[in-house]
Amino acid sequence: MAASELILIWAFIIGFGVIMYVLMDGFDLGLGILFPFAPDDTARDVMMNSVAPVWDGNETWLVLGGAGLLAAFPLVYSIVLPALYIGVFLMLAGLIFRGVAFEFRFKANTSRYLWNWAFAGGSTVAAFAQGAVVGAYIQGFETANRVYVGGALDWLTPFTVLTGFGLMAGYALLGATWLIMKSEGYIQDWAYRITPPLLVAVLLVFALVSIWTPFIDDMVRDRWFSAIRVIWILPALALACAFQIFRSVRKRYEGMPFVATMGLFIFTYLGLLVSRWPYVVPPEYTIWDAASAYDSQLFLLVGLVFVVPVVLGYTAWTYWVFRGKVRAGEGYH
Amino acid sequence: MELDPLILSRIQFAFVISFHAIFPVFTIGLASFIAFLEALAFKTDNPVWLRLSAFWTKVFAVVFGMGVVSGIVMSFQFGTNWSNFAQASANFLGPMLSYEVVTAFFLEAAFLGILLFGRDKVPKGVHLFAAVMVAVGTFISSFWILSANSWMHTPAGIELRDGIFHVVSWTEAIFNPSFPYRFAHMGLASFLTGGFVVAGVSAWYLLLGREVEANRKALSICLWLLLIIAPTQAVLGDFHGLNTLEHQPMKVAAMEGNWETSTRVPLLLFAIPDNDTQSNHYEVGIPGLASLILTHDIDGEVPGLNEVAKDEQPPVALVFWAFRIMVGLGLLMIAVAVTGLLLRFKGRLWEARWFLQGLRFMSITPFLAVLAGWVVTESGRAPWLVYGMMTHAEGLTPSLTGAMALFSLIGYVVVYALVFSAGIYYLLRVLYVGLEDQVVEEEYDSDRPMRPLSATHVPFEYNKPGMKIGKFGPPTNQGGSQNGGI
Ligand code: HDD
Ligand code: HEM
Ligand code: HEM
Repeated sequence: MAASELILIWAFIIGFGVIMYVLMDGFDLGLGILFPFAPDDTARDVMMNSVAPVWDGNETWLVLGGAGLLAAFPLVYSIVLPALYIGVFLMLAGLIFRGVAFEFRFKANTSRYLWNWAFAGGSTVAAFAQGAVVGAYIQGFETANRVYVGGALDWLTPFTVLTGFGLMAGYALLGATWLIMKSEGYIQDWAYRITPPLLVAVLLVFALVSIWTPFIDDMVRDRWFSAIRVIWILPALALACAFQIFRSVRKRYEGMPFVATMGLFIFTYLGLLVSRWPYVVPPEYTIWDAASAYDSQLFLLVGLVFVVPVVLGYTAWTYWVFRGKVRAGEGYH
Repeated sequence: MELDPLILSRIQFAFVISFHAIFPVFTIGLASFIAFLEALAFKTDNPVWLRLSAFWTKVFAVVFGMGVVSGIVMSFQFGTNWSNFAQASANFLGPMLSYEVVTAFFLEAAFLGILLFGRDKVPKGVHLFAAVMVAVGTFISSFWILSANSWMHTPAGIELRDGIFHVVSWTEAIFNPSFPYRFAHMGLASFLTGGFVVAGVSAWYLLLGREVEANRKALSICLWLLLIIAPTQAVLGDFHGLNTLEHQPMKVAAMEGNWETSTRVPLLLFAIPDNDTQSNHYEVGIPGLASLILTHDIDGEVPGLNEVAKDEQPPVALVFWAFRIMVGLGLLMIAVAVTGLLLRFKGRLWEARWFLQGLRFMSITPFLAVLAGWVVTESGRAPWLVYGMMTHAEGLTPSLTGAMALFSLIGYVVVYALVFSAGIYYLLRVLYVGLEDQVVEEEYDSDRPMRPLSATHVPFEYNKPGMKIGKFGPPTNQGGSQNGGI
């Protein structure tokens, strides 16, 4: 296999890992964002129980993203993480609080409200930080000689704040549509009610980002307005998904809103990728510059070919085991 | 005062890894114990095993949760604080950590869900399988991460070209010279940790007279296990040290507090090593014994710290004392395990309250020994990040300022302090409630303050068939739940 092919395969794998993470941890972070607004504590129990058996696996995709970047594109790992130093810390702190809240909340009685807040606050901060990362990536990084040379807060701009809120809204939407699927009765009614306004918020940010981005970067402008026109199909498909969410919520379908929201995410994500391709550390470095040694990429790929299908298999199986509605009062371990 | 990002990053790394490490050592040992109990439950139909397993699974869940969240932090530390190191060693460390994720973390996470929540949802055999998979996952995880870590101590199978490590032999790099020793030593340390914690908690319940039959069984299993493992660990540690002598002589010199290369080196029992004066204060030692242990010859030559320049020496006092703490605790563990055997032969194991009391206090010792061991290993490597090839200073993130490092260090300390105190609090509560959980917990859910429990308050009939008591809301009748204790 040629080195360039191998690098392309790896770009695909990392891209796949990232979207897996966004979709899977997205809905459980989203439930956290919605937590304070839930009708009552029973609803919160149901929300938490609906993800308790799987959240750890969902978050493992993030760890894979980190380790995979280190293995395949170490330059990205060693430039982006220092550039986002403070943001990464905030995200990790958020993930810590929401992660332990799963265990602690069920074991608490009088202090339970604290863990409600830890879960909600942690999820919100983590989602915001991840959204800001997306914005920072569109913005680009200041580098010299393959290291980051910018300041500690370069990543925090009005634009990244916008993308931060955008992803928060997006995750909340995933959470709400997940809940439609997993709950019933008044909890489900509530989830149906909040879905349209969340979708409107997402579309609003989506529109603002689309208008703003071409002004930030010439390359992106070229790509969208002069180069290949077929890429307009991506936002069109994203909008179709949005429409489908509205429609299926009105008809009170249970599974479709979640599926369509995933579609919305996937097409938006692809749109983002084609805007920047093949740059992984914009504006300077491409996937070819960032790749690790051929031998290392190959060594890992050989293993992944065998292991990842197994991982996907048993992950799907656990979702199958815990399929169906989650009911109030259903036991924790 | 100028804030030094290097020192701050080192403190931060030492802090977050030490914090992380105490959870895995416990979960690795406990996961195997749970799998063992599940297997007994599966084979014998004696409900006691199921209840023990259900109880320890609860403990496991809390500890594991903290292990996971602190582990996620670890996977970003290399990038945030040690980005030059990350870039240089990515060709090796990247695949190692990635293999850890795909072969271990996913496995643990998926089957943990089944282990904790799936008892009613999957057949018994599948539940047992999940328990075994979680235990296997913890070992696969330590395989990869300890290989990565050992490689930093004894780099092999690589070539340094233009400041980047390139792997020339994967087998040599993965199975680098110190890896087999470290993997085995850490594995046994995990079993010691699990063993002493379970033994200590069971002893405590026995002192209170709670759930006597189940806790006697648990304690008895643990004591047999410890009797085998504690001495093995000491022997293995000796081999580990000999291997270190071969590959990292300065680390051994620091462990022995030996400043000058010489023969007939004494084994120091007490000393205050001082890097500034390059000597020890208040030395007390047994002549020739260090030579004897390290070279198996009383006239053997032991390397001294004066072989390298002052700024290439590790912090001697730290390594020296950490080593003594670890070995001291190791010997204490052997003594306890042997005492247990003697009492058992005399048939007085369950009457000897002083012994049960002692076991309670022993629960903390493996954690101390593990941390001390890591301090020996990691501080003994200083100033090298990759031994002999890359220093701490070279590995640091160039854009990192002292203020940023201070911010994150304080941040982690605060976050971990909060999470850790809460974790300990809930853990103690789980232990306090004990095996008699179901009915008692229902009481906890009301807003009444906790009241002291004793066995007499706890009904034996704790699990009515078909009745499942959630922790929130009223009991719901689900019918047909076949679980014994959850
Ligand atoms: C000898 C064992 C050992 C050691 C030295 C380490 N770990 Fe660890 N780690 C484990 C053994 C372990 C484990 C037993 O597999 C854990 C504990 C709880 C868990 O979920 O898995 C774990 C969890 C865990 C997780 C969360 C996994 C998940 O999402 O399920 C991550 C990302 C890391 N670790 C990463 C690290 C890194 C980067 C380390 C070193 C710098 C490290 N660990 C040292
Ligand atoms: C799991 C138990 C571990 C513990 C308790 C531990 C402990 C420590 C300590 C105390 C230091 C500080 C040494 C000093 O600066 O004087 C250190 C340094 C370091 N360790 Fe570990 N370590 C562990 C595992 C690992 C693993 C598995 C890796 C990598 C794969 C690793 C990588 C490092 C690195 C990169 C440093 C240098 C940063 C520093 O000096 O603080 N450690 N560790
Ligand atoms: C009783 C005699 C013991 C001896 C002679 C011994 C020996 C050693 C040596 C020489 C090292 C350093 C190896 C190196 O860095 O190159 C080490 C490290 C370590 N020890 Fe021990 N040890 C003993 C007991 C224990 C016990 C009881 C525990 C824990 C329960 C323990 C846990 C560790 C850990 C976690 C490390 C760091 C990881 C590693 O390098 O393996 N040790 N030990």
